[in-house]
Amino acid sequence: MSARGSGQASRIPGAGRGAFGRNALGRGVVLMYLSLLVLIPLSAVVWTSTEGGVAAFWQAISSPEALAALRLTFGAALVVVLINAVAGTLIAWVLVRDSFWGQGFVNSVIDLPFALPTIVAGLTLLVLYGPGSPVGIDVAYSPVAVVVALLFVSLPFVVRAVQPVLMELDRESEEAAASLGAGPLTIFLRVILPSLMPAILGGSGLTFARSIGEFGAVVLITGNIAFETQVASVYIFGQIEGGDIPAAAAVSVVLLAFSLLALIGLNFLQDRWTRHED
Amino acid sequence: MGITVHNVSKKFADFTALGDVSLDIPSGSLTALLGPSGSGKSTLLRVIAGLEEPDSGEVIISGEKKTGLPPQKRGVGFVFQHYAAFKHMTVYDNVAFGLKIRKRPKTEIDKRVSELLELVQLSGFSHRYPTQLSGGQRQRMALARALAIQPEVLLLDEPFGALDATVRKELRAWLRRLHQEMDVTTVLVTHDQEEAMEVATEIVVMNQGDIEQIGPPQEVYENPATEFVMGFVGPVTRLGEAYVRPHDLRIRLEPDGETTGARVEDLLHLGFEVRVHLRLASGEDLWAQVTREAASELGLRRGTSVHVVTEHSKVFG
Repeated sequence: MSARGSGQASRIPGAGRGAFGRNALGRGVVLMYLSLLVLIPLSAVVWTSTEGGVAAFWQAISSPEALAALRLTFGAALVVVLINAVAGTLIAWVLVRDSFWGQGFVNSVIDLPFALPTIVAGLTLLVLYGPGSPVGIDVAYSPVAVVVALLFVSLPFVVRAVQPVLMELDRESEEAAASLGAGPLTIFLRVILPSLMPAILGGSGLTFARSIGEFGAVVLITGNIAFETQVASVYIFGQIEGGDIPAAAAVSVVLLAFSLLALIGLNFLQDRWTRHED
Repeated sequence: MGITVHNVSKKFADFTALGDVSLDIPSGSLTALLGPSGSGKSTLLRVIAGLEEPDSGEVIISGEKKTGLPPQKRGVGFVFQHYAAFKHMTVYDNVAFGLKIRKRPKTEIDKRVSELLELVQLSGFSHRYPTQLSGGQRQRMALARALAIQPEVLLLDEPFGALDATVRKELRAWLRRLHQEMDVTTVLVTHDQEEAMEVATEIVVMNQGDIEQIGPPQEVYENPATEFVMGFVGPVTRLGEAYVRPHDLRIRLEPDGETTGARVEDLLHLGFEVRVHLRLASGEDLWAQVTREAASELGLRRGTSVHVVTEHSKVFG
Protein backbone atom coordinates (compact mmCIF):
# COMPACT_ATOMS: atom_id res chain seq x y z
CA MET A 1 0.00 0.00 0.00
CA SER A 2 2.66 2.43 1.07
CA ALA A 3 4.90 1.43 -1.81
CA ARG A 4 2.06 1.96 -4.28
CA GLY A 5 1.19 5.25 -2.65
CA SER A 6 4.71 6.56 -2.90
CA GLY A 7 4.96 5.25 -6.44
CA GLN A 8 1.91 7.27 -7.42
CA ALA A 9 3.13 10.25 -5.51
CA SER A 10 6.42 10.21 -7.35
CA ARG A 11 4.81 9.62 -10.71
CA ILE A 12 2.69 12.72 -10.60
CA PRO A 13 5.43 15.23 -9.81
CA GLY A 14 7.62 13.28 -12.22
CA ALA A 15 5.12 13.92 -14.99
CA GLY A 16 5.02 17.55 -13.92
CA ARG A 17 8.79 17.80 -14.08
CA GLY A 18 8.77 16.16 -17.50
CA ALA A 19 6.26 18.67 -18.81
CA PHE A 20 8.13 21.53 -17.17
CA GLY A 21 11.40 20.21 -18.56
CA ARG A 22 10.04 20.09 -22.09
CA ASN A 23 8.57 23.58 -21.82
CA ALA A 24 11.80 24.96 -20.44
CA LEU A 25 13.77 23.28 -23.20
CA GLY A 26 11.43 24.70 -25.84
CA ARG A 27 11.65 28.16 -24.39
CA GLY A 28 15.43 27.91 -24.15
CA VAL A 29 15.79 26.90 -27.78
CA VAL A 30 13.51 29.70 -28.98
CA LEU A 31 15.32 32.27 -26.86
CA MET A 32 18.73 31.14 -28.04
CA TYR A 33 17.65 31.06 -31.67
CA LEU A 34 16.19 34.56 -31.46
CA SER A 35 19.25 35.78 -29.59
CA LEU A 36 21.70 34.46 -32.15
CA LEU A 37 19.68 35.64 -35.12
CA VAL A 38 18.12 38.87 -33.93
CA LEU A 39 18.90 40.19 -30.48
CA ILE A 40 22.70 39.85 -30.40
CA PRO A 41 23.30 41.31 -33.88
CA LEU A 42 20.94 44.20 -33.09
CA SER A 43 22.68 44.85 -29.77
CA ALA A 44 26.01 44.76 -31.60
CA VAL A 45 24.78 47.44 -34.01
CA VAL A 46 23.60 49.62 -31.14
CA TRP A 47 26.91 49.01 -29.33
CA THR A 48 28.99 49.84 -32.41
CA SER A 49 27.01 53.01 -33.05
CA THR A 50 27.99 54.42 -29.67
CA GLU A 51 31.66 53.45 -29.86
CA GLY A 52 32.74 57.04 -30.28
CA GLY A 53 30.40 58.31 -27.54
CA VAL A 54 27.04 60.07 -27.68
CA ALA A 55 28.48 63.16 -29.38
CA ALA A 56 29.90 61.11 -32.25
CA PHE A 57 26.59 59.27 -32.57
CA TRP A 58 24.70 62.53 -32.76
CA GLN A 59 27.15 63.95 -35.27
CA ALA A 60 26.87 60.85 -37.44
CA ILE A 61 23.11 61.03 -37.71
CA SER A 62 22.88 64.80 -38.01
CA SER A 63 25.37 65.22 -40.82
CA PRO A 64 23.57 66.92 -43.75
CA GLU A 65 24.06 63.92 -46.01
CA ALA A 66 22.72 61.44 -43.42
CA LEU A 67 19.77 63.71 -42.63
CA ALA A 68 18.89 64.03 -46.32
CA ALA A 69 19.07 60.26 -46.74
CA LEU A 70 16.88 59.66 -43.67
CA ARG A 71 14.39 62.31 -44.76
CA LEU A 72 14.08 60.76 -48.22
CA THR A 73 13.80 57.27 -46.77
CA PHE A 74 11.01 58.09 -44.32
CA GLY A 75 9.20 60.37 -46.78
CA ALA A 76 9.23 57.73 -49.51
CA ALA A 77 8.21 55.02 -47.02
CA LEU A 78 5.21 57.06 -45.88
CA VAL A 79 4.09 57.72 -49.45
CA VAL A 80 4.49 54.01 -50.23
CA VAL A 81 2.49 53.03 -47.15
CA LEU A 82 -0.38 55.32 -48.14
CA ILE A 83 -0.45 54.16 -51.76
CA ASN A 84 -0.13 50.51 -50.76
CA ALA A 85 -2.90 50.73 -48.18
CA VAL A 86 -5.31 51.91 -50.86
CA ALA A 87 -4.02 49.92 -53.85
CA GLY A 88 -3.45 46.76 -51.82
CA THR A 89 -6.99 46.85 -50.43
CA LEU A 90 -8.36 47.44 -53.93
CA ILE A 91 -6.36 44.53 -55.38
CA ALA A 92 -7.46 42.23 -52.55
CA TRP A 93 -11.06 43.33 -53.14
CA VAL A 94 -10.92 42.54 -56.86
CA LEU A 95 -9.26 39.17 -56.20
CA VAL A 96 -11.86 38.14 -53.61
CA ARG A 97 -15.11 39.74 -54.70
CA ASP A 98 -14.72 39.77 -58.47
CA SER A 99 -14.36 36.77 -60.71
CA PHE A 100 -12.70 37.03 -64.09
CA TRP A 101 -10.67 35.00 -66.53
CA GLY A 102 -7.03 34.66 -65.43
CA GLN A 103 -7.79 35.49 -61.80
CA GLY A 104 -5.65 32.62 -60.56
CA PHE A 105 -2.72 33.91 -62.58
CA VAL A 106 -3.10 37.47 -61.26
CA ASN A 107 -3.32 36.05 -57.77
CA SER A 108 0.01 34.25 -58.10
CA VAL A 109 1.69 37.27 -59.72
CA ILE A 110 1.11 39.21 -56.49
CA ASP A 111 3.82 37.17 -54.75
CA LEU A 112 6.37 37.71 -57.49
CA PRO A 113 8.09 40.67 -55.80
CA PHE A 114 8.81 38.33 -52.85
CA ALA A 115 10.17 35.57 -55.06
CA LEU A 116 12.42 37.82 -57.16
CA PRO A 117 15.87 38.81 -55.86
CA THR A 118 15.44 42.51 -55.19
CA ILE A 119 18.46 43.46 -57.30
CA VAL A 120 16.75 41.77 -60.26
CA ALA A 121 13.64 43.79 -59.48
CA GLY A 122 15.81 46.92 -59.48
CA LEU A 123 17.30 46.00 -62.83
CA THR A 124 13.87 45.28 -64.33
CA LEU A 125 12.55 48.62 -63.13
CA LEU A 126 15.63 50.43 -64.48
CA VAL A 127 15.15 48.89 -67.91
CA LEU A 128 11.43 49.58 -67.93
CA TYR A 129 11.27 53.02 -66.30
CA GLY A 130 14.84 54.22 -66.88
CA PRO A 131 16.50 56.13 -69.73
CA GLY A 132 15.46 54.57 -73.06
CA SER A 133 12.30 53.19 -71.48
CA PRO A 134 10.25 51.13 -73.95
CA VAL A 135 7.05 52.62 -72.49
CA GLY A 136 8.36 56.17 -72.58
CA ILE A 137 8.43 56.68 -68.82
CA ASP A 138 11.78 57.76 -67.40
CA VAL A 139 11.78 58.23 -63.64
CA ALA A 140 15.29 56.92 -62.99
CA TYR A 141 17.59 58.89 -60.69
CA SER A 142 14.72 60.82 -59.11
CA PRO A 143 12.88 60.46 -55.79
CA VAL A 144 9.92 59.08 -57.78
CA ALA A 145 12.15 56.12 -58.68
CA VAL A 146 12.57 55.37 -54.97
CA VAL A 147 8.81 55.26 -54.49
CA VAL A 148 8.30 53.07 -57.59
CA ALA A 149 10.94 50.58 -56.46
CA LEU A 150 9.53 50.42 -52.95
CA LEU A 151 5.97 50.01 -54.24
CA PHE A 152 7.17 47.04 -56.26
CA VAL A 153 8.88 45.17 -53.45
CA SER A 154 6.17 45.82 -50.86
CA LEU A 155 3.17 45.07 -53.10
CA PRO A 156 2.18 41.74 -51.45
CA PHE A 157 2.06 42.94 -47.83
CA VAL A 158 -1.32 44.68 -47.74
CA VAL A 159 -2.89 42.43 -50.40
CA ARG A 160 -1.98 39.25 -48.55
CA ALA A 161 -3.04 40.66 -45.19
CA VAL A 162 -6.45 41.89 -46.40
CA GLN A 163 -7.37 38.96 -48.68
CA PRO A 164 -8.11 36.30 -46.02
CA VAL A 165 -10.04 38.77 -43.86
CA LEU A 166 -12.15 39.79 -46.84
CA MET A 167 -12.87 36.15 -47.63
CA GLU A 168 -14.05 35.51 -44.08
CA LEU A 169 -16.17 38.64 -43.91
CA ASP A 170 -19.81 38.20 -42.92
CA ARG A 171 -21.74 39.03 -46.09
CA GLU A 172 -24.98 39.11 -44.14
CA SER A 173 -23.94 42.23 -42.24
CA GLU A 174 -23.58 43.95 -45.63
CA GLU A 175 -27.05 42.76 -46.58
CA ALA A 176 -28.38 43.94 -43.23
CA ALA A 177 -26.86 47.38 -43.89
CA ALA A 178 -28.44 47.43 -47.35
CA SER A 179 -31.88 46.58 -45.98
CA LEU A 180 -31.44 49.43 -43.48
CA GLY A 181 -30.99 51.81 -46.39
CA ALA A 182 -27.19 52.09 -46.69
CA GLY A 183 -25.84 52.55 -50.22
CA PRO A 184 -22.74 50.73 -51.52
CA LEU A 185 -20.31 53.47 -50.47
CA THR A 186 -21.76 53.74 -46.96
CA ILE A 187 -21.67 49.96 -46.63
CA PHE A 188 -18.01 49.94 -47.62
CA LEU A 189 -16.98 52.80 -45.36
CA ARG A 190 -19.06 51.95 -42.28
CA VAL A 191 -19.41 48.17 -42.36
CA ILE A 192 -16.61 46.62 -44.44
CA LEU A 193 -13.68 48.99 -43.93
CA PRO A 194 -13.73 48.86 -40.11
CA SER A 195 -13.41 45.07 -40.33
CA LEU A 196 -10.51 45.35 -42.77
CA MET A 197 -8.69 48.06 -40.81
CA PRO A 198 -6.60 45.72 -38.60
CA ALA A 199 -5.39 43.83 -41.68
CA ILE A 200 -4.65 47.06 -43.56
CA LEU A 201 -2.71 48.40 -40.58
CA GLY A 202 -0.78 45.15 -40.22
CA GLY A 203 0.15 45.11 -43.89
CA SER A 204 1.07 48.79 -43.73
CA GLY A 205 3.40 48.19 -40.78
CA LEU A 206 5.29 45.54 -42.71
CA THR A 207 5.32 47.77 -45.80
CA PHE A 208 6.84 50.62 -43.78
CA ALA A 209 9.48 48.43 -42.16
CA ARG A 210 10.43 46.88 -45.47
CA SER A 211 10.47 50.25 -47.25
CA ILE A 212 12.86 52.00 -44.90
CA GLY A 213 15.29 49.09 -45.12
CA GLU A 214 15.14 48.21 -48.83
CA PHE A 215 18.50 48.23 -50.61
CA GLY A 216 18.59 45.96 -53.66
CA ALA A 217 15.61 47.33 -55.54
CA VAL A 218 16.49 51.00 -55.03
CA VAL A 219 20.26 51.01 -55.46
CA LEU A 220 20.25 50.72 -59.27
CA ILE A 221 17.30 52.88 -60.26
CA THR A 222 18.06 55.79 -57.90
CA GLY A 223 21.62 56.30 -59.06
CA ASN A 224 22.64 57.02 -55.47
CA ILE A 225 22.93 60.81 -55.79
CA ALA A 226 23.66 62.32 -52.38
CA PHE A 227 21.05 64.85 -51.17
CA GLU A 228 18.77 63.81 -54.02
CA THR A 229 18.12 60.11 -54.41
CA GLN A 230 20.30 58.51 -51.79
CA VAL A 231 18.24 56.47 -49.32
CA ALA A 232 19.43 55.54 -45.83
CA SER A 233 20.33 51.92 -46.61
CA VAL A 234 22.51 52.97 -49.54
CA TYR A 235 24.06 55.73 -47.41
CA ILE A 236 24.88 53.11 -44.75
CA PHE A 237 26.48 50.94 -47.41
CA GLY A 238 28.56 53.92 -48.55
CA GLN A 239 29.76 54.66 -45.02
CA ILE A 240 30.81 51.02 -44.56
CA GLU A 241 32.68 51.09 -47.86
CA GLY A 242 34.40 54.27 -46.71
CA GLY A 243 35.41 52.58 -43.47
CA ASP A 244 33.23 54.63 -41.11
CA ILE A 245 31.53 51.71 -39.38
CA PRO A 246 30.27 53.68 -36.31
CA ALA A 247 28.54 56.24 -38.56
CA ALA A 248 26.94 53.43 -40.55
CA ALA A 249 25.81 51.80 -37.30
CA ALA A 250 24.41 55.09 -35.98
CA VAL A 251 22.12 55.57 -39.01
CA SER A 252 21.21 51.90 -38.81
CA VAL A 253 20.08 52.41 -35.22
CA VAL A 254 17.79 55.25 -36.31
CA LEU A 255 16.22 52.98 -38.96
CA LEU A 256 15.90 50.23 -36.38
CA ALA A 257 14.24 52.52 -33.86
CA PHE A 258 11.69 53.80 -36.35
CA SER A 259 10.89 50.30 -37.64
CA LEU A 260 10.31 49.19 -34.10
CA LEU A 261 8.19 52.22 -33.30
CA ALA A 262 6.09 51.72 -36.45
CA LEU A 263 5.48 48.06 -35.69
CA ILE A 264 4.63 48.72 -32.03
CA GLY A 265 2.39 51.65 -32.92
CA LEU A 266 0.49 49.70 -35.56
CA ASN A 267 0.17 46.73 -33.23
CA PHE A 268 -1.39 49.02 -30.69
CA LEU A 269 -3.85 50.38 -33.27
CA GLN A 270 -4.64 46.85 -34.42
CA ASP A 271 -5.45 45.86 -30.85
CA ARG A 272 -7.78 48.81 -30.50
CA TRP A 273 -9.60 47.91 -33.71
CA THR A 274 -9.94 44.23 -32.89
CA ARG A 275 -10.98 44.80 -29.26
CA HIS A 276 -14.63 44.04 -30.02
CA GLU A 277 -14.26 41.34 -32.62
CA ASP A 278 -14.73 37.68 -31.90
CA MET B 1 -49.16 46.57 -45.48
CA GLY B 2 -49.71 43.07 -46.92
CA ILE B 3 -47.34 41.26 -49.26
CA THR B 4 -48.28 39.76 -52.60
CA VAL B 5 -45.95 37.44 -54.46
CA HIS B 6 -46.99 36.82 -58.04
CA ASN B 7 -45.64 33.93 -60.16
CA VAL B 8 -42.11 34.24 -58.80
CA SER B 9 -39.46 31.83 -60.05
CA LYS B 10 -35.75 31.68 -59.31
CA LYS B 11 -32.99 29.35 -60.49
CA PHE B 12 -29.41 29.05 -59.24
CA ALA B 13 -27.48 27.41 -62.08
CA ASP B 14 -29.31 24.06 -62.48
CA PHE B 15 -31.11 24.21 -59.16
CA THR B 16 -34.70 25.46 -59.15
CA ALA B 17 -35.05 27.31 -55.87
CA LEU B 18 -38.54 28.62 -56.62
CA GLY B 19 -40.81 27.03 -59.21
CA ASP B 20 -43.70 29.36 -59.83
CA VAL B 21 -44.77 30.75 -56.51
CA SER B 22 -47.78 32.94 -55.83
CA LEU B 23 -48.73 33.97 -52.32
CA ASP B 24 -50.82 36.52 -50.47
CA ILE B 25 -49.67 37.49 -47.00
CA PRO B 26 -52.38 39.48 -45.24
CA SER B 27 -51.56 42.74 -43.54
CA GLY B 28 -50.67 42.41 -39.87
CA SER B 29 -50.31 38.64 -39.96
CA LEU B 30 -47.43 36.60 -38.60
CA THR B 31 -46.76 34.10 -41.35
CA ALA B 32 -44.30 31.21 -41.18
CA LEU B 33 -42.67 29.85 -44.33
CA LEU B 34 -42.12 26.25 -43.28
CA GLY B 35 -40.18 23.62 -45.17
CA PRO B 36 -37.08 21.45 -45.25
CA SER B 37 -33.75 22.87 -46.42
CA GLY B 38 -33.73 23.41 -50.15
CA SER B 39 -37.49 23.99 -50.23
CA GLY B 40 -37.03 27.59 -51.36
CA LYS B 41 -38.37 29.26 -48.22
CA SER B 42 -35.28 31.40 -47.59
CA THR B 43 -34.99 32.30 -51.25
CA LEU B 44 -38.61 33.47 -51.22
CA LEU B 45 -37.92 35.65 -48.17
CA ARG B 46 -34.80 37.10 -49.81
CA VAL B 47 -36.75 37.81 -52.99
CA ILE B 48 -39.32 39.74 -50.95
CA ALA B 49 -36.49 41.72 -49.30
CA GLY B 50 -34.76 42.42 -52.61
CA LEU B 51 -31.63 40.52 -51.58
CA GLU B 52 -32.26 38.21 -54.56
CA GLU B 53 -33.75 39.23 -57.89
CA PRO B 54 -36.32 36.70 -59.14
CA ASP B 55 -35.96 35.38 -62.71
CA SER B 56 -39.60 36.23 -63.27
CA GLY B 57 -42.64 37.35 -61.31
CA GLU B 58 -43.54 40.28 -59.09
CA VAL B 59 -43.33 41.30 -55.46
CA ILE B 60 -45.88 43.79 -54.21
CA ILE B 61 -45.66 45.30 -50.71
CA SER B 62 -48.51 47.49 -49.45
CA GLY B 63 -49.89 47.69 -52.96
CA GLU B 64 -46.62 49.00 -54.40
CA LYS B 65 -44.65 47.04 -56.96
CA LYS B 66 -41.17 46.43 -55.50
CA THR B 67 -39.69 44.11 -58.11
CA GLY B 68 -36.42 45.51 -59.45
CA LEU B 69 -35.95 47.86 -56.50
CA PRO B 70 -32.79 47.36 -54.40
CA PRO B 71 -33.20 46.34 -50.73
CA GLN B 72 -32.42 49.94 -49.70
CA LYS B 73 -35.69 51.14 -51.23
CA ARG B 74 -38.07 48.42 -50.08
CA GLY B 75 -38.76 49.50 -46.52
CA VAL B 76 -38.29 46.01 -45.12
CA GLY B 77 -36.68 45.00 -41.84
CA PHE B 78 -34.57 41.86 -42.19
CA VAL B 79 -33.25 39.66 -39.40
CA PHE B 80 -30.64 36.99 -40.16
CA GLN B 81 -30.00 33.63 -38.54
CA HIS B 82 -26.48 34.57 -37.49
CA TYR B 83 -27.44 38.06 -36.26
CA ALA B 84 -25.33 39.94 -38.87
CA ALA B 85 -24.37 42.38 -36.12
CA PHE B 86 -22.04 45.27 -36.88
CA LYS B 87 -19.29 44.01 -34.59
CA HIS B 88 -17.29 47.22 -34.32
CA MET B 89 -20.35 49.24 -33.27
CA THR B 90 -22.02 49.42 -29.88
CA VAL B 91 -25.57 48.18 -29.39
CA TYR B 92 -26.69 51.82 -29.60
CA ASP B 93 -24.89 52.40 -32.90
CA ASN B 94 -26.19 49.13 -34.34
CA VAL B 95 -29.79 50.10 -33.60
CA ALA B 96 -29.24 53.71 -34.68
CA PHE B 97 -27.62 52.71 -38.00
CA GLY B 98 -30.72 52.98 -40.19
CA LEU B 99 -31.79 56.24 -38.54
CA LYS B 100 -28.35 57.82 -39.00
CA ILE B 101 -28.46 56.88 -42.69
CA ARG B 102 -31.80 58.67 -42.87
CA LYS B 103 -30.11 61.66 -41.24
CA ARG B 104 -32.64 62.00 -38.44
CA PRO B 105 -31.88 64.59 -35.76
CA LYS B 106 -29.80 63.34 -32.85
CA THR B 107 -32.51 63.84 -30.23
CA GLU B 108 -35.00 61.84 -32.28
CA ILE B 109 -32.45 59.01 -32.76
CA ASP B 110 -31.69 58.97 -29.02
CA LYS B 111 -35.37 58.75 -28.17
CA ARG B 112 -36.19 56.07 -30.72
CA VAL B 113 -33.16 53.90 -29.84
CA SER B 114 -33.94 53.96 -26.14
CA GLU B 115 -37.59 53.08 -26.85
CA LEU B 116 -36.52 50.15 -29.01
CA LEU B 117 -33.93 48.91 -26.52
CA GLU B 118 -36.65 48.93 -23.89
CA LEU B 119 -38.95 47.01 -26.23
CA VAL B 120 -36.34 44.28 -26.78
CA GLN B 121 -35.34 44.35 -23.10
CA LEU B 122 -31.81 45.60 -23.71
CA SER B 123 -31.97 48.93 -21.85
CA GLY B 124 -28.68 49.38 -20.07
CA PHE B 125 -26.80 47.47 -22.75
CA SER B 126 -26.49 50.38 -25.17
CA HIS B 127 -22.73 50.81 -24.66
CA ARG B 128 -21.90 47.12 -24.97
CA TYR B 129 -20.47 45.58 -28.10
CA PRO B 130 -22.20 42.63 -29.82
CA THR B 131 -19.50 40.19 -28.69
CA GLN B 132 -20.33 41.07 -25.09
CA LEU B 133 -23.91 39.86 -25.57
CA SER B 134 -25.39 36.37 -25.51
CA GLY B 135 -26.88 34.89 -28.69
CA GLY B 136 -30.42 35.70 -27.61
CA GLN B 137 -29.48 39.28 -26.75
CA ARG B 138 -27.71 39.71 -30.09
CA GLN B 139 -30.79 38.54 -31.94
CA ARG B 140 -33.00 40.93 -29.97
CA MET B 141 -30.58 43.73 -30.86
CA ALA B 142 -30.83 42.72 -34.52
CA LEU B 143 -34.60 42.87 -34.23
CA ALA B 144 -34.48 46.35 -32.70
CA ARG B 145 -32.13 47.44 -35.49
CA ALA B 146 -34.58 46.16 -38.12
CA LEU B 147 -37.56 47.79 -36.38
CA ALA B 148 -35.78 51.15 -36.04
CA ILE B 149 -36.53 52.14 -39.62
CA GLN B 150 -40.25 51.45 -39.07
CA PRO B 151 -40.39 48.87 -41.84
CA GLU B 152 -43.62 48.09 -43.63
CA VAL B 153 -42.84 44.41 -43.24
CA LEU B 154 -40.52 42.47 -40.95
CA LEU B 155 -38.73 39.46 -42.45
CA LEU B 156 -37.00 36.91 -40.20
CA ASP B 157 -34.76 34.23 -41.71
CA GLU B 158 -34.47 31.31 -39.24
CA PRO B 159 -34.07 33.91 -36.46
CA PHE B 160 -33.79 31.39 -33.64
CA GLY B 161 -31.82 28.76 -35.55
CA ALA B 162 -28.47 29.54 -33.92
CA LEU B 163 -29.81 29.64 -30.35
CA ASP B 164 -30.03 26.86 -27.79
CA ALA B 165 -33.37 25.21 -27.06
CA THR B 166 -34.30 27.13 -23.90
CA VAL B 167 -33.55 30.57 -25.33
CA ARG B 168 -35.35 29.61 -28.53
CA LYS B 169 -38.53 28.77 -26.61
CA GLU B 170 -38.35 32.05 -24.69
CA LEU B 171 -37.82 34.13 -27.80
CA ARG B 172 -40.70 32.48 -29.65
CA ALA B 173 -43.15 33.44 -26.94
CA TRP B 174 -41.62 36.89 -26.80
CA LEU B 175 -41.84 37.37 -30.58
CA ARG B 176 -45.49 36.43 -30.53
CA ARG B 177 -46.22 39.03 -27.86
CA LEU B 178 -44.11 41.61 -29.67
CA HIS B 179 -46.01 41.00 -32.89
CA GLN B 180 -49.32 41.55 -31.12
CA GLU B 181 -48.06 44.88 -29.76
CA MET B 182 -46.41 46.10 -32.94
CA ASP B 183 -48.94 45.00 -35.53
CA VAL B 184 -46.37 44.88 -38.34
CA THR B 185 -46.74 42.27 -41.08
CA THR B 186 -44.15 39.64 -40.20
CA VAL B 187 -42.81 36.71 -42.20
CA LEU B 188 -40.69 34.08 -40.47
CA VAL B 189 -38.71 31.34 -42.19
CA THR B 190 -38.25 28.12 -40.26
CA HIS B 191 -37.66 24.41 -40.82
CA ASP B 192 -39.03 23.61 -37.36
CA GLN B 193 -42.76 22.73 -37.52
CA GLU B 194 -43.14 23.19 -33.78
CA GLU B 195 -41.76 26.71 -34.06
CA ALA B 196 -44.14 27.51 -36.91
CA MET B 197 -47.12 26.14 -34.97
CA GLU B 198 -46.16 28.00 -31.83
CA VAL B 199 -45.49 31.42 -33.32
CA ALA B 200 -47.41 31.86 -36.56
CA THR B 201 -51.00 32.80 -37.25
CA GLU B 202 -50.62 31.47 -40.79
CA ILE B 203 -48.36 28.70 -42.12
CA VAL B 204 -47.10 28.34 -45.67
CA VAL B 205 -45.68 24.83 -46.17
CA MET B 206 -43.05 24.70 -48.92
CA ASN B 207 -41.34 21.80 -50.65
CA GLN B 208 -38.95 21.69 -53.60
CA GLY B 209 -39.55 25.28 -54.65
CA ASP B 210 -43.32 25.15 -54.48
CA ILE B 211 -46.07 25.87 -51.99
CA GLU B 212 -47.83 22.75 -50.75
CA GLN B 213 -50.41 24.34 -48.49
CA ILE B 214 -51.37 27.63 -46.86
CA GLY B 215 -53.47 27.82 -43.74
CA PRO B 216 -53.67 28.46 -40.00
CA PRO B 217 -51.58 26.03 -37.87
CA GLN B 218 -54.52 23.91 -36.79
CA GLU B 219 -55.86 23.59 -40.32
CA VAL B 220 -52.47 22.55 -41.69
CA TYR B 221 -52.06 19.98 -38.92
CA GLU B 222 -55.53 18.49 -39.03
CA ASN B 223 -56.28 18.82 -42.70
CA PRO B 224 -53.01 18.43 -44.56
CA ALA B 225 -53.47 18.89 -48.29
CA THR B 226 -50.71 16.54 -49.35
CA GLU B 227 -48.78 13.54 -48.12
CA PHE B 228 -45.74 15.80 -47.74
CA VAL B 229 -47.55 18.29 -45.48
CA MET B 230 -48.99 15.48 -43.40
CA GLY B 231 -45.51 14.08 -42.78
CA PHE B 232 -43.78 17.41 -42.32
CA VAL B 233 -46.04 19.16 -39.82
CA GLY B 234 -46.40 16.25 -37.42
CA PRO B 235 -45.76 12.57 -36.73
CA VAL B 236 -47.42 10.16 -39.13
CA THR B 237 -47.85 6.42 -39.48
CA ARG B 238 -49.69 4.27 -42.03
CA LEU B 239 -52.61 1.93 -41.64
CA GLY B 240 -53.03 0.27 -45.01
CA GLU B 241 -53.66 3.07 -47.52
CA ALA B 242 -54.53 5.61 -44.86
CA TYR B 243 -52.17 8.13 -43.24
CA VAL B 244 -52.80 8.49 -39.52
CA ARG B 245 -51.43 10.64 -36.73
CA PRO B 246 -50.11 8.13 -34.15
CA HIS B 247 -52.23 9.76 -31.42
CA ASP B 248 -55.35 9.17 -33.56
CA LEU B 249 -54.75 5.43 -33.55
CA ARG B 250 -56.95 3.61 -31.01
CA ILE B 251 -55.86 0.31 -29.48
CA ARG B 252 -58.50 -2.18 -28.31
CA LEU B 253 -58.18 -5.63 -26.80
CA GLU B 254 -61.36 -6.93 -28.46
CA PRO B 255 -62.08 -6.68 -32.19
CA ASP B 256 -65.16 -4.99 -33.57
CA GLY B 257 -66.18 -4.79 -37.22
CA GLU B 258 -63.71 -2.03 -38.15
CA THR B 259 -60.53 -2.96 -36.32
CA THR B 260 -57.42 -4.56 -37.73
CA GLY B 261 -55.50 -7.19 -35.78
CA ALA B 262 -51.94 -6.35 -34.66
CA ARG B 263 -49.24 -7.43 -32.25
CA VAL B 264 -47.24 -5.23 -29.89
CA GLU B 265 -43.59 -5.36 -30.98
CA ASP B 266 -42.12 -2.85 -28.57
CA LEU B 267 -43.06 -0.19 -26.02
CA LEU B 268 -41.18 3.04 -25.41
CA HIS B 269 -41.97 4.96 -22.25
CA LEU B 270 -41.34 8.68 -22.79
CA GLY B 271 -42.77 10.16 -19.61
CA PHE B 272 -46.38 11.11 -20.23
CA GLU B 273 -46.41 9.47 -23.63
CA VAL B 274 -45.96 5.79 -24.50
CA ARG B 275 -44.97 4.80 -28.01
CA VAL B 276 -46.35 1.46 -29.07
CA HIS B 277 -44.70 -0.23 -32.02
CA LEU B 278 -47.10 -2.60 -33.74
CA ARG B 279 -47.03 -5.14 -36.54
CA LEU B 280 -50.13 -6.05 -38.56
CA ALA B 281 -50.90 -9.57 -39.67
CA SER B 282 -49.96 -8.42 -43.18
CA GLY B 283 -46.44 -7.71 -41.89
CA GLU B 284 -46.76 -3.89 -42.04
CA ASP B 285 -45.27 -1.88 -39.17
CA LEU B 286 -46.93 1.13 -37.58
CA TRP B 287 -46.83 2.95 -34.28
CA ALA B 288 -49.31 4.49 -31.92
CA GLN B 289 -48.96 7.22 -29.33
CA VAL B 290 -50.98 6.56 -26.18
CA THR B 291 -51.01 7.99 -22.68
CA ARG B 292 -49.30 6.21 -19.82
CA GLU B 293 -52.70 5.49 -18.25
CA ALA B 294 -54.13 3.96 -21.44
CA ALA B 295 -51.10 1.71 -21.85
CA SER B 296 -51.34 0.37 -18.30
CA GLU B 297 -55.15 -0.03 -18.46
CA LEU B 298 -54.79 -2.14 -21.58
CA GLY B 299 -51.92 -4.01 -19.95
CA LEU B 300 -49.82 -3.63 -23.08
CA ARG B 301 -46.65 -5.67 -23.21
CA ARG B 302 -44.37 -6.97 -25.88
CA GLY B 303 -46.25 -9.71 -27.70
CA THR B 304 -49.79 -8.63 -26.65
CA SER B 305 -52.38 -9.21 -29.36
CA VAL B 306 -54.42 -6.05 -29.98
CA HIS B 307 -56.82 -4.52 -32.47
CA VAL B 308 -56.35 -1.05 -33.93
CA VAL B 309 -58.76 1.42 -35.44
CA THR B 310 -58.60 5.09 -36.37
CA GLU B 311 -61.25 7.77 -36.28
CA HIS B 312 -59.26 10.33 -38.17
CA SER B 313 -57.17 9.38 -41.15
CA LYS B 314 -56.30 10.71 -44.60
CA VAL B 315 -55.96 8.96 -47.90
CA PHE B 316 -54.04 10.90 -50.55
CA GLY B 317 -54.85 10.23 -54.18
